[in-house]
Amino acid sequence: MKELNIIISGVGGQGIILSSEILALSAMESGFDVKKSEVHGMAQRGGSVVSHVRIAKKVYSPLIEIGKGDILLSFEKAETLRWVHYLKKNSPVIIVNDLELIPPIVSLGLEEYPRDIEKTLGKITEKLYFIPAVKLAEKIGNIRSFNILLLGVLSNFLPFEEKIWEKIIRENSPAEFSEININAFKEGKNFLKI
Amino acid sequence: MKLLLSGNEAVARGAWEAGVKVACAYPGTPSTEILENLSKYPEINAEWSTNEKVAFEVAYGAAIAGARSIVSMKHVGLNVAADPLFSSAYTGVKGGFVIISCDDPGMHSSQNEQDTRRYAKFAKIPILEPSDAQEAYDFIKLAFEISEKFETPVLFKMTTRISHTKCVVKVAERKEIPIKEYVKNPKQFILLPVNARERHKVLEEKLLKLKEYSSEATFNRIEKGKNGLGIVSSGVAYNYAKEVFKDAWFLKIGMPFPFPEKLFKKFYKKVKKIIVIEENEPFIEEEIKILGYKAEGKKYIPICDELTPDIVRKSIKGKELSHPDPIKTVRRPPQFCPGCPHTGIFYCLSKLKVTVTGDIGCYTLGALPPFNAMDTCICMGASLGNALGFEKARGKDFSKRMVAVIGDSTFLHSGITGLIDITYNKGSIKTIILDNRTTAMTGHQDHPGTGRTAKGEETKEINLKELAKACGIEKVYEVNPYDIKETLKILKNAIESEEPSVIVARAPCALLKESRDYFGKRDKKMVLEDKCLGEKCKACIRVGCPAISIYNGKAFITPLLCVGCELCTQVCPVFAIV
Repeated sequence: MKELNIIISGVGGQGIILSSEILALSAMESGFDVKKSEVHGMAQRGGSVVSHVRIAKKVYSPLIEIGKGDILLSFEKAETLRWVHYLKKNSPVIIVNDLELIPPIVSLGLEEYPRDIEKTLGKITEKLYFIPAVKLAEKIGNIRSFNILLLGVLSNFLPFEEKIWEKIIRENSPAEFSEININAFKEGKNFLKI
Repeated sequence: MKLLLSGNEAVARGAWEAGVKVACAYPGTPSTEILENLSKYPEINAEWSTNEKVAFEVAYGAAIAGARSIVSMKHVGLNVAADPLFSSAYTGVKGGFVIISCDDPGMHSSQNEQDTRRYAKFAKIPILEPSDAQEAYDFIKLAFEISEKFETPVLFKMTTRISHTKCVVKVAERKEIPIKEYVKNPKQFILLPVNARERHKVLEEKLLKLKEYSSEATFNRIEKGKNGLGIVSSGVAYNYAKEVFKDAWFLKIGMPFPFPEKLFKKFYKKVKKIIVIEENEPFIEEEIKILGYKAEGKKYIPICDELTPDIVRKSIKGKELSHPDPIKTVRRPPQFCPGCPHTGIFYCLSKLKVTVTGDIGCYTLGALPPFNAMDTCICMGASLGNALGFEKARGKDFSKRMVAVIGDSTFLHSGITGLIDITYNKGSIKTIILDNRTTAMTGHQDHPGTGRTAKGEETKEINLKELAKACGIEKVYEVNPYDIKETLKILKNAIESEEPSVIVARAPCALLKESRDYFGKRDKKMVLEDKCLGEKCKACIRVGCPAISIYNGKAFITPLLCVGCELCTQVCPVFAIV
């Protein structure tokens, strides 16, 4: 592995910061250098949030350069579109949580929610995966674990051992959600066997 | 030991290891987590101060008294603390004293882009500029050594990207540094003109020594390259440049002031062309040009906005890497949280159609749709002075239709002096203090009005109503911002009066535990679809709650988001929300 550049996008409150933290810690635990960058500030609840995670033997820039992204993991459909130009031209991986969150600006009639997202993304890559993560997480017993489930899907594309992922998830989950989160991770991992 | 730390966490860890005893700050993005982390160490006496000037003076006092101390703030906070900053260069310090200023290129959460390096040169104080969290950790430890060796305060420039990026950081353990003996020394610490004249000479001599040191210090270094291109770079820009120019020579600057003249001259001989890659101001570029050397920098690299690796590439090489075309998607501007107490006030203000001078905090979002209820937002505490200025310019008939809006923490930071000015200079301004019992915007820090310190200890709580009275305001009201009818009534009464007044709108931030206690176990609200007037009404949408949207022509409340604040139930004309 030369380097891996992963973008995690979504809406404030979906657990993007925690998910990218687990990803970065798993990379560190696996012996890689890693930098993880996002901006806190005015983009809190309901705003658009993105995290850049760069994994390599030695990482300089904390930001992924436009055209260098390998994987885009999006927790919300319309947010996927916002970052596609960060991806590399040839066969990037796009994983999308099959969930639409309609911003109030649409209800006020000031904007429209994008249509045909699947078709649009299909033109960019054949490695496009829509995951019904919220439904799958609900089945396991905690709707809020959908983000960890999506990390499980992502793990199929990364060279980290499963026991490292599990250790990091355990260390970063509240005690009562530890097992559910591990199950969510496994469910995601098995949902997409590649 | 290796940890995954943000730049702010790394600074706190490094400062703790360096034996810091006193730490002060006023919260401000992106600097806030530095003091939050410092306050967790039992060996450190950490405080949230009333504002940056006070924070500076407390930490500075501790350094004069012989202890290692640190003060942190965002870049615009240094404007507030500029007065003691300049004096501190003259007196110097005994215990190590480091001033952290976090710049915000790109203005992720600020009103301007200012470059702290300009302050270093202006105030004649050495400055360090790390490129990532590991360097922030390494540099902060050395900053205390420089401070004590040269008896000078040391500035420390962070940026949002460095403060909030997490990196792998190698850490060590704390070293106790005994507090230095205190010896009274009026000639050094009383800046009467007679003493200050001497101190200025001492300062100039110190700067010459620091200039020599800058060329020898590990902060500045030459990195060998393979071609004739010489890149001079600092901060996070260095890391972008390293990605884009893999074969170039680098002069990596970690101490931009005093500039490492000797080291630069050595570097200059090794390369054919110099390009300076730095974020915001052309500070290094100017230092090089002052020495009489040729360099290009801002000719390519923009002054405005945050840099990124793609901007660095495109500015100099002319094009980006190939990538999929950008796709337009729906905007998601930030908004008030569901159940936010500010929502009620801004709903009323937009109804009353008054002129509103605003201030710095979450409530600046009142400027956005659906409220559009703000005319100015300038800097911390400006709402009161600005409002009085409107009145002085346009008369009392105009100011009868206006209010100043300020948060509790911001009012205590720098609104009090504005309020006294209104009384003293016979203004009639109505001030609304949005008292949500915390410094919410920066992530819930305590302040003098909450009754708790940074260490989580109970303390005396400043009473805002009594404080307003002591500032000479006779009409002081308290309202519950969740009660729209009552709030509108009190606001109308106050606004129509010729007398100045203060209205404290008191309810805890909806994200605080106190808010959940406040609401008790209220039910989430839902819409009776057959009653709802839908598209043609939209009264509930004008409350600006993120939980409410129009779905299939009718109002819809997202259960996951609703906290049951009941603001929407009060505005529905047909009582369709239950």
